[in-house]
Order: sequence, then structure tokens, then C-alpha cells
Amino acid sequence: MSETLGYLAQGFAVALTPTNLMWCFIGVFVGTAVGVLPGIGPALTIALLLPLTYKVDATAALILFAGIYYGAMYGGSTTSILLNTPGESATIVTAMEGNQMAKRGRAGAALATAAIGSFVAGTIGTIGITFLAEPVVNLALRFGPADYFSLMLLAFVTVSAVLGNSAVRGLTSLAVGIFLGLIGIDLQTGQPRFWFGITELSDGINVIVVAVGLFAVGETLYLAAQKKSDAPPEVLEVKDSIMMSREDWARSWKPWLRGSALGFPIGAMPAGGAEIPTFLSYYIEKKLSPKPEEFGKGAIEGVAGPEAANNASAAGVLVPMLALGLPTSATAAIMLSAFQSYQITPGPLLLQQQASLVWGLIASLYIGNVMLLVLNLPLIALWVRMLKIPQPLLYGGILMFATIGTYGISQSYVDLILLYLIGGMGLLMRRFDFPTAPVIIGMILGPLAEQNFRQAMTISQGDMTVFLTRPLSASLLALGVLALVAPMLVRLRRSA
Amino acid sequence: MQNSTRSGFAWQETVIGLGILVLAAVVAWQTTLIPEHAVYAKVGPKVFPWVATGLLAFMGVLLTIEGLLGGWEHEASADTDWPSLGWLCGGLLLNVVLISNAGFIIAGTILFVCTARAFGSRQPLRDAAIALMLAVVAYVGFDRILGYKIGSGLIERFL
Repeated sequence: MSETLGYLAQGFAVALTPTNLMWCFIGVFVGTAVGVLPGIGPALTIALLLPLTYKVDATAALILFAGIYYGAMYGGSTTSILLNTPGESATIVTAMEGNQMAKRGRAGAALATAAIGSFVAGTIGTIGITFLAEPVVNLALRFGPADYFSLMLLAFVTVSAVLGNSAVRGLTSLAVGIFLGLIGIDLQTGQPRFWFGITELSDGINVIVVAVGLFAVGETLYLAAQKKSDAPPEVLEVKDSIMMSREDWARSWKPWLRGSALGFPIGAMPAGGAEIPTFLSYYIEKKLSPKPEEFGKGAIEGVAGPEAANNASAAGVLVPMLALGLPTSATAAIMLSAFQSYQITPGPLLLQQQASLVWGLIASLYIGNVMLLVLNLPLIALWVRMLKIPQPLLYGGILMFATIGTYGISQSYVDLILLYLIGGMGLLMRRFDFPTAPVIIGMILGPLAEQNFRQAMTISQGDMTVFLTRPLSASLLALGVLALVAPMLVRLRRSA
Repeated sequence: MQNSTRSGFAWQETVIGLGILVLAAVVAWQTTLIPEHAVYAKVGPKVFPWVATGLLAFMGVLLTIEGLLGGWEHEASADTDWPSLGWLCGGLLLNVVLISNAGFIIAGTILFVCTARAFGSRQPLRDAAIALMLAVVAYVGFDRILGYKIGSGLIERFL
């Protein structure tokens, strides 16, 4: 405990240097902006900024990326309250209740409870990371390659089969992602695989191309292909001041704490995902509220709770990412590839080998949360204006930046063609309701799973039963099978 | 599975399922081409590709069956805005063709204008002016300051 506080103090010494403070500020500022802008999110933004890893040192880049990650959570709530098209999938619930508040002239109170709730939950979540990192690492140090492989299988199942509408479509996305990750040089034998005789492919497909293709080009194609309604979505005016009345406070603080308590642990599990805790929080607040009839018509608890849950789970996702090297969201997967480009492997050894990096990063999360509270309360007018950028200009700009990020990899038109092909795939995936996050997770985590599988098989001298004879690995596999089969059984029973 | 109300055969979903099966076949074919050394006989570079092949093939079969049984809930495609999609794809194509010779600023400006048109803008001159400014600022910011390498071009060489 006191040891942890000592490390944290060292972390603050790293995070409070002027350069790192600047990176943190740029991160939360850009993060809020991309969270506010509909159609782009933190995964895309961090992917576009990955080439910065060649320019700035690891601590600075990761502080920047983490700032974007946290900031996008704050910005997303502004969009869902004022525009009713969720900027982030996890803010659907906020969109339901917050938009109703805004329609009734209570936009200011909704924005305030979302921002302050995000601050409370983000800070609680960061405290959670601070004190959970060490125990998780101690547990993880006992993991062998076989256990890691089983843990990754469990994560594969939960992110693709459990979350989302259909296990079949989720696993299809995952399989496509694993295939994309296989393209390129096999690290253990030096053989190129799946390069189809194209030199550019023998080095593998860059994650930037896939992320930008799915999230920027795919999204733009999808929206352009939709028939335009005559009126663009209306941005609601903020008529009241960004403040909460005494009653608002009284109705908000408990949902904030309950939302944080739900969001952080669920985010920290190998399943990840912010959707489940936000929906759970909404459901619980509705049950506990003395005025359940207000839900659906702008109940402040329905904004406060889910927003807190959303932010706390975002913090929770960083625990398996940092301590186990296990990303459970598209954004976390892209952050993992940022670590990889510094030849740093997240996982149990990270805290020992890169203590100043990790603790500097955690400290910057505390600082970033304070910055975000200021950015999102007094400066809200700036973000509201940003929401009013007309769609034609917004998507024109998005594609321009997509080109910069992709062409900047190696000035090759092959990358651009790949970008468009993956964008076309993204369009089909959106249309036919395939989730996109499993593609990114499969692509990043697939090669790591293969590596652990082969190490485990080398240690066991080719004995496949090692995955079942090690108790840890066996229980993780059992959990994975359970996660895959249980929902199907429930569905069967319901239809029977 | 989710919507028992649908009945009959959904050709779009079936095509997607068959497409995944084709992808599985391509992956299988490419996997057989990976050379294998005896030294790495324990778990060679082919094992995981075979796993990926199997998963893709299995999912392709399931999707095809779902398609044959009536498909799944998704957006109707009858109301696709083909002209908009055409403008956007045209802009993307011109971007690839122009970027290496004319340079990012010109290619990006054209892409921006076409995209804006796809999203319903009817003011190409205003869009072009905004696009040109944004492209110059972005080029200077990313290429010159942040160290991305976006190449040179007709306008870039004067910056």
C-alpha cells in the first residue's frame, strides 16, 4: 500500500514535467473533440497518431493516447445529450435520458451531471488501477504461456461472442481479424505468410490501415450510402446554465458511485466492454429511483449513473491491458500496438521494467481527469459549436486525415487501396450488423496468442493436453466454453 | 435465429456466408504454400493458419445456413443512395490516382469536395476553398512539424 503510494508519487514527478503536462493536455483536448464529433472516436484517432511513436518518447506518446481515450468518454456524452446520435456505442443510454432532459430545457444540468459524474468515476477508476495493478501483476507472474493462451481464448470469446447481437457474426469478425493479423512475416521462422506475391504485404498489414479503413472510410461510406433525410439532426440549444441545483446533486451522487462500482470491475474483467455496465446502471437506477415514472422523460439519475459506469469501465479496461497485455476493446488494442512499436511488451513485467512509464501514465490519468472537468464545464460552449460543423465538411475532413495517416506509413498507393478495400468491408459490416471491434482485437491479439501457443507447445514438447492439465489454463478454458455455450442454452430455453 | 418472423431465403446474407467460405478457401490455399522446416516440426507456421481456416469455414457455413433460413435483422438496402456513393468512390479513386504525382494537397482537396458532394453539399467552390486551406494546414502540420512523410507534389514543393 505505502509502496504503491511511493510509486504513484514518482509517477506524478514524471507526469508533472512541463512536456508531459502538455501531452496530457493535448490528449484530453483532442480526445474531447473526437468524442464530441459524431462518426469518429478514440480508436481511429489513436491509430492516426500512431506514427508519432517514431518521433516522441514512449511516456509522452502513451500519456497522449490515454488522454485521448479518457477525453473521448467525456466528449461522447455531450454529443449524446445534445444530438441524440450516440458518439460512442456505450452512450446510447445517456442519449435516451440526457436528450430528453435537453428537450425539456435542462441540457445544462444533464451536461453537468455527465461531466462531474465522469470525473468522479474516472478518478475512482484511476484509484482502482493504482491499487489493482500490483495484485493483478502478482497473479499474472504465475502465468505460463499455456495459461496466457487460454486467457486470450477467453477474451476472444467474450469480446466477439458474448457482447454484441450475434455470436456467429462476432466470431466471423474475429476470424477475419485473426487472418489479417497472420499476414506478413512469421516471427518464429521468418517466413512470409499470406503475402499473395505482393511485396507490400510481406511486412504485414499495418493496424493503422485496418483501423482507419473500418472506422473512418467504412463509416463514411456507410453514412453516404444512407438516404439523407431532409433535415440534418438538430443540435439542441443549451438554454439553462451548466449547473446543478441542490436537488440535482442529491439525485446524482449515489448514481455516480453506484455506476463507478459497476463499471470498473466489469471493465477490468477479460470481457471488457462498456455497454453492459451502462445498461445495468440504467436498469438499477430506474429500479431504485423514487420517481421511476420520470425515466424515459429525462430523469437525471439515468444520465448520472450510466455516464459514471461508462467512464469507470474505460478505466477498468486499462487494468488487463497494462498488467496482462490483454486488450479488450478496439482502443485498448491500438494502444497495445503503440507499446509494441516501442518494443515494450505490456504484461506483468511492464511494472518492473518500465516503472516510471507506467506510474507516469497512471498519474497523468488523475491529472487528465481534472483537466477534463475544466474543459467540459466552463468551456462547454466550444464543444457545442463543434457539434454544429456541417456533415459534408466533417466527413470531407475525416477522409483527408485518413489519407494522411495511411499514405504517411510508406507513401504507397497499395496502402490506400487496402484502406479502401477494408473500408468497403466496413460498410458491409455496418449494414449487416457485424461488430468491428473483434477485427481489431483479433488482428492485434491473434499473433500474441499464436506466440504463446507455440511457446507452450515447445515447453510441453508437443503435448496438447498441457492446456487442460494446468489448473489455471483449464479453468480459463472452462470459463471460455461456458461464456460461449451459456447464452445459446438460454436462448434455446426461451424459444422452447 | 433471432427473427422467426422472417421466412424463405435471404440472398444477401447467403452471399455473405458464401463469401466467407471463399475467403476460407483462399486462406487454406495460401496456407498450403507456406514452406515448413523440419526444425520447427513441433508447432510450425502452418498450425495457426489452419485454425483460422477452420474458424472461417465454420462461420461461413453457419452464416450461409442463416441466410438460407431467412437471414438476420439488418438495415434494408433498398434505399441505398447510389449517386452519393458514386461521388464518394469517385473521390477516393481520384485520390489514389493523383496523390503520388499531383501531391496530397490537390488529391486531398478533390477528395474533400467529392465527399462533401456525397453528403449533399451544393457549394463546390466554398468546399474547395475550405478543403485547400485545411489541406495546406494539415500538410504543414503533419509533414513538416510532426514528421509524417506524405510526399511532395505540385503545391507542396512551394511550401
